[in-house]
Formats: sequence, C-alpha cells, structure tokens
Amino acid sequence: MTRYILTRLLSLVLSLVAASVAIFLVIEILPGDPAAIMLGVNAQPDTLAALRAEMGLDQPMVIRYLAWVGGMLHGDFGTSYTYHTPVAKLIGDRLAVSLPLALFSLLLTVVIAFPVGIWAAARRGSAADTLIMGITQLGVAIPNFWFAMLMVVLFAINLRWFSAGGFAGWDKGLLPALKSLTLPAVALALPQASILARVMRSALLDTLSEDFVRTARAKGLSRAKALRRHALRNALIPVLTIIGMQFSFLLAGGIIIENVFYLPGLGRLIFQSISARDLITVESVVMLLVFAVILVNFLVELAYALVDPRLRSGR
Amino acid sequence: MLSKWMKVTVLGALTLAAASGAALAQARDDLKVALQLEPPNMDPTSNAAGAIDQVLYANVFQGLTRFGPDGEILPDLAKSWDISEGGKVYTFHLAEGVKFHDGTDFDASDVKFTLDRARAPDSTNAQKGLFAGIDTVEVVDPLTVKVVLKAPDGAFPFKMAWGDAVIVAPESIKDIATYPVGTGPFKFEDWVQGDHVDLEKNPDYWGTPAKLDHVEFKFISDPTAAFAAMMAGDVDVFYSYPAPENLPQFEADPRFQVIVGSTEGETIMAMNNARPPFDNKLVREAVAHAVNRKEVIDGAMFGYGTPIGTHFAPHNPDYVDLTSLSDYDPEKSKELLKQAGVTLPLKVKMTLPPTAYARRSGEIIAAELRAVGIEPQIENVEWAQWLSSTFKGAHDFDLTIISHTEPMDIGIYANPDYYFGYNNPAFQKVMADLDVETDTAKRSALLKEAQTIIAQDYVNAYLFQLPLQTVAAAGVKGLWKNAPTQATDLTGVYWEN
Repeated sequence: MTRYILTRLLSLVLSLVAASVAIFLVIEILPGDPAAIMLGVNAQPDTLAALRAEMGLDQPMVIRYLAWVGGMLHGDFGTSYTYHTPVAKLIGDRLAVSLPLALFSLLLTVVIAFPVGIWAAARRGSAADTLIMGITQLGVAIPNFWFAMLMVVLFAINLRWFSAGGFAGWDKGLLPALKSLTLPAVALALPQASILARVMRSALLDTLSEDFVRTARAKGLSRAKALRRHALRNALIPVLTIIGMQFSFLLAGGIIIENVFYLPGLGRLIFQSISARDLITVESVVMLLVFAVILVNFLVELAYALVDPRLRSGR
Repeated sequence: MLSKWMKVTVLGALTLAAASGAALAQARDDLKVALQLEPPNMDPTSNAAGAIDQVLYANVFQGLTRFGPDGEILPDLAKSWDISEGGKVYTFHLAEGVKFHDGTDFDASDVKFTLDRARAPDSTNAQKGLFAGIDTVEVVDPLTVKVVLKAPDGAFPFKMAWGDAVIVAPESIKDIATYPVGTGPFKFEDWVQGDHVDLEKNPDYWGTPAKLDHVEFKFISDPTAAFAAMMAGDVDVFYSYPAPENLPQFEADPRFQVIVGSTEGETIMAMNNARPPFDNKLVREAVAHAVNRKEVIDGAMFGYGTPIGTHFAPHNPDYVDLTSLSDYDPEKSKELLKQAGVTLPLKVKMTLPPTAYARRSGEIIAAELRAVGIEPQIENVEWAQWLSSTFKGAHDFDLTIISHTEPMDIGIYANPDYYFGYNNPAFQKVMADLDVETDTAKRSALLKEAQTIIAQDYVNAYLFQLPLQTVAAAGVKGLWKNAPTQATDLTGVYWEN
C-alpha cells in the first residue's frame, strides 16, 4: 500500500512541474500586452512602459517563471495586474462559490444517478429500463446552458421562486446562498447524472454476467441480493473514475453556467482574466485547477485501492 | 358555505392589495443597476476601462469640470474659472466646504497633486495626453488654483471633465484601486469582486444631495442573463442593454421603460490609408459607396443607431450631415474601382474585434463589398489581439470595424501614426489652429471644416453613431438618455410612485 501511494505521489509532483511549465509558456506566447489593455487606445508609449515596469513585465521570462513558481511554493500567487488584489484572495473568493456549487451538483448527480442506474440494471430490457435509457440519452444530449435558460424562464421569470442569477453571498446565511446555487447546480447536474446513471447501469450489467455473480445466484441468492452484495461493489471502479472526472469538470467547467446565472465563480474569473490578459491570475488559477484535477485523480486512485483489495497488496 | 369562503378570499385579497398599495406609496430609496462589464479596479486615473467611470464618475469622483447630460461642460469642483493671457492661463475658483469621503478637506493642494500625478514621468494615466499641455500648476490659496499651459488651449475645461481627470487625494491614493475615496454625492461601500459594487449616499455632501440612499451595481455580460435579470426583477435598471432584439418586448410591457439615446461612439469601418489598396482614394471612395448604412443599422443594430457621414457625433451642435457624400451606390463603386485600375476581385483582410456591433456589421458589409468586386477575408480577433496588432504595432489590417467612444476625438486624424494612417497636412493645420482658438464661433467653423475634409478624403467608411439603450423599471426617473461620456450619473435618479 505504501509503495502504491509513493509512486502515485511521485507522478503527482512530476505532473505538477510539467503543467506549470506548459501553462506559463502557453500564456506567455498569447498575443496581447496587458498594459495596452489596461490603458486603452489613447495610451502613450511612456505610460505603457511605466506600467509594464510597475507590473514587472520588463523582466526576462525565466526570472518571471521562477518568481511565480517560487511564490506559489510558499502560498504567494502574486498580485493581479487588473484587480490590484492578491490572486490568492481572488481565488479564495471565487472558490467560495465554485466549490460549493461543484459539490452541490455532484451530490445531486450521485443521488439521482445511483438509484436510477441500479434500478435500470435490475430491470434490464424492461419497458422501464428502455424509458430510463431514453431519458438519460436526452439528458446527455441537451446542452446544460439551454436547460438552464428554460429553468430561469419557468422558476425566475414566471413563478418568481428563485432570482434569475447572482450569488447572495454566504454572509446572508446558508439558505439564501444555497438557494442562489440551486438552479445552477441542477443545470450542471442533469447531464452529469444522465452520464453517471448510464455508466452505473452498464457497469452493473457487466458484473452481473460474471461468473462469481452466477455462482452467488446458484447458491440461492435472489437477483436483487446478488446485485447488492456482489455486483455493486465490483461495478464501482468505473463509476468512481467517472465521478472523479465529473468533479474536476464541475469545478472548472462551469464557465457557461456561471455566465448564464452571472455567478462570481472560478470559470468567470478565468474568462475575464484571459480577455484582460491578466496573465498572473490566469496562470495561477489554471495551475490551481490542474492541481485540483491531479489531486482528485490521486484520491480516486486511492479509492480504487479501498474498493479493490488487489491494488492494496501491490498486486 | 361556498359563498362564505369566497367572501373570505375576496376580503383577504383586498387586505393584501391594500397592504401592497401602502408599500407602493412609500417610494423606494435603493436602486439596483446592471452593467455589462465589471470595472477591473476602482481607479479611473490609471485604467482605460469605461466600466470604472460607469460606476464612479459623478457618483463618487468629481473633477474640476464635468460633462452634463448632453455633453455640455459644467462647473463641478471648480465653481468658476478665469482665462487669461489669450487662453494660456486658467485660474480655477474651487467650491467651498468640500470634504472627501474619508473626512479630509478638499483644497487646491489636492488639485495640484492630481494634475502633477497624472502628468508625472511614471504616470499610468490612460489619457495622459489630456495633461500634456500643462506647464505648471500653482496653489494660489486653498480655494484657488492657477494652471499655466504651454500654449493656449480652448478645450482645457473640456479635458478636465474626463473621468481620467477626477480629483483624488494624496491621503487615499494608496488604496484607490480597491477603495476609492472621492468627493461625490455617493460614497463607496463595498465591492464583491465578480458580483457587485455597493454605493451609499454621502450624508455630508457639499452640493445637492442624492435622492437615493443605496445603489448596487451588478455585472451581467450575457445577453440572455440580462433579459432574465430584468424580467425577474433582479435589477431595476440595465444601462447599455446588450440585446437590442429584446427591446420591443420591454417597450410593450408596462412594467418597463426603454430609453434610447446616443453615445460619443462613432462606429466606423477603418481603412488602412498607409498601404495598398486603400492608400488610393478612389478605392476608399468605392468602399464608401458600396456600404448601405440602412442595411447595416437594420441588420446589425436592429434599427437603432443614427447614420453618420463623418467622424463627429450627430447630437453635437457643430455636426455637419455629410452622409450624402458617401450614399449607397454600388454602380458608382464599380466605376470607381475600374478608374482606380485595381484587379478584381480585390482581396483584402477585414479584422473584426469581438464586440457584437463589429461582428454583425462586418458580415453585412463583407457581403455588400463582394457585390462590387471586393473580396474581404474576415478575421475575428480578441480584443487584446486587436489592440496589439491592428491598433498598435504593425497596423496589420486592411479593414476593421470599431466604435471610437472618446468624446470629440476628431483630432486623431491629425496623427499620421494613428492606426488608419491618414496623413493630410491641410487637416493637420486645421487641428493646430483649433488648438489655439478660444473664440466659440471660429472654433465651430474649424470643426465643420475638419469634418468635411475627412469626409471628402473618404478616410474611413462612416457607419453609425453607437446608440445607448437603457431598460429600466417604469418608476425610475432621472436617468440620463445619452452618454456624453461613459458614466451612469445617478445623482438625480429617484423612484416615482
């Protein structure tokens, strides 16, 4: 087990170093000068030079890379060019929206997908199974921003149960904050739940046709009991993989949903900083997301080991 | 039984109606205003972003002078000024009893600090050019400032009205980017980055106090979200509403009012005068006649926008209507192209920045140009890329569409290094004369001459004046119709019952 964790950790660190170099290079070669964007069309050359010097953009690239990585190692993500605020604070504020939103929609996803997937697998080939497969197919196909707009029209404009967007803020209390995350979370969860339900169903069906399930059935277990006791746990590996991917996606990939509901989340921060060429913010946020993805993958691999004893013993 | 229930229901409904009536009688004193873009920071003196002025200009920060609702120059922190030595020396007399929001006094030394800071070598003021003519700034007494210019300048009070010239104090300059301290009728309360900015009424304001107690600016860039936010009542006012296609729906709804005004944005299709084929005036004239302004305004702007024939705002008293010089005449275009001797189809590059008006107009104009034998290759670019390769640097473009939103910016045509590369000494002389002219009638004549020269030279294709569309709840009064500068002046805004 220790050796398993150590090799995983080493690959985690190497991935991070490679990612930091790639991110820095890609963002540095983007055309567009941050100073020119901040100062607009009437800026004079001496003003631009003064601002570039103020932001440290006149330093060579290698020095800027080392300063950035060095800063991050002790928690200093630099100061945003445009906002004039520490990037760490910007990220913290946005994570206070994006992280609960991702967890909320992941919770909805799991709560919907598990029962639906198991139920469909247990009734394979029946009319109910066909219906569920049809609905989930639709759920995968419907773009989530379009579904979000439909919900806004119904629940915000016509029924006025929810506001059309914006974030109430945690200081206004838990309920108003969760309420403003509800429609976005549902919009994000719908396609994810459809995907996960389908994965759950097919993973279960695969294991249900395995020998050990047949043996269990032969020993006299009912189909439902065999499914619960023997098949489910074995079907969890692909399901966990998908959940891990979905969480990373929900954390970073909510840009469109955040725009539809004008939520101050990480996605919008990236979007705004890229168009403003707020390089240091883009670099740090992307790095953080890469870190989150790598970390989630690492945790998922650890979870495999918990589910599958063969991985624990180092095989 | 049933009738008894009905009575109860009716009674209940009446009570509810009476209660809500009572609530309505109490006029609201807060306002939620939505803007498309969030200010990147709170310092109008070091960033070009119009969103900063849209939140802070006139509300939080004030200048020596200011723009009025129709672009006129009004006294602000300077209650009056004397001009001497033929327009070279301006003596500003400042308003009395003015305090900054942090409680410190405003006086002549703050004016000197502001102007010296803006023109210092390490200044990062986006409009440093406004201050370039200043030679010295002298504090005569706490309420009098003498500004000596290097040369006479009739437009100096105009320059001091810009958002980039608002008065800031040395005590609060360190944190201005996140905590702006001004002298205006509203003071800054807080900014939740990515979501909203709160302003509250300044109880110690030196002038006419604001009518609203609390203002919240929200930032919504997605057109669909903008529509939903208005319809759901999440915001009361949407300034510069991003989806003109929805406006008829708001106009038909008694809960809303739609205010259509004008901005200082001359929307042009710029042509690169410095390189072939558009260094040839005949080719430029051909382009001008190939463009159907009505089709562009109807198709790209849903019918909103005033056609222009030169680089000047139609609501300005000195505007000359020159649209007939470049009327839609594709036959004439073909004739001119033949005269110019260019090989058809003429392949050119059309670079489009990301704004909706540019992308939509570009598609329509490209089709119109193809009809006369010019083949534009559309290249969509990001704003950052447009700035660095089209506007600055190599000026690598043939055609591009952009709205020039600075007020009174016809002077850019006197700069041969400007991105469209127009170099006409006759025009440059008119502008040089204008700089030193302080007589209003003569200034007006010079401005008209300048407009005519560039229209006759077909420097660019002049399309339309960018409209300003504001959607507001029906009860909101006192909003500005036009945008003479990028401001959302809320000092006179109130709710009517």
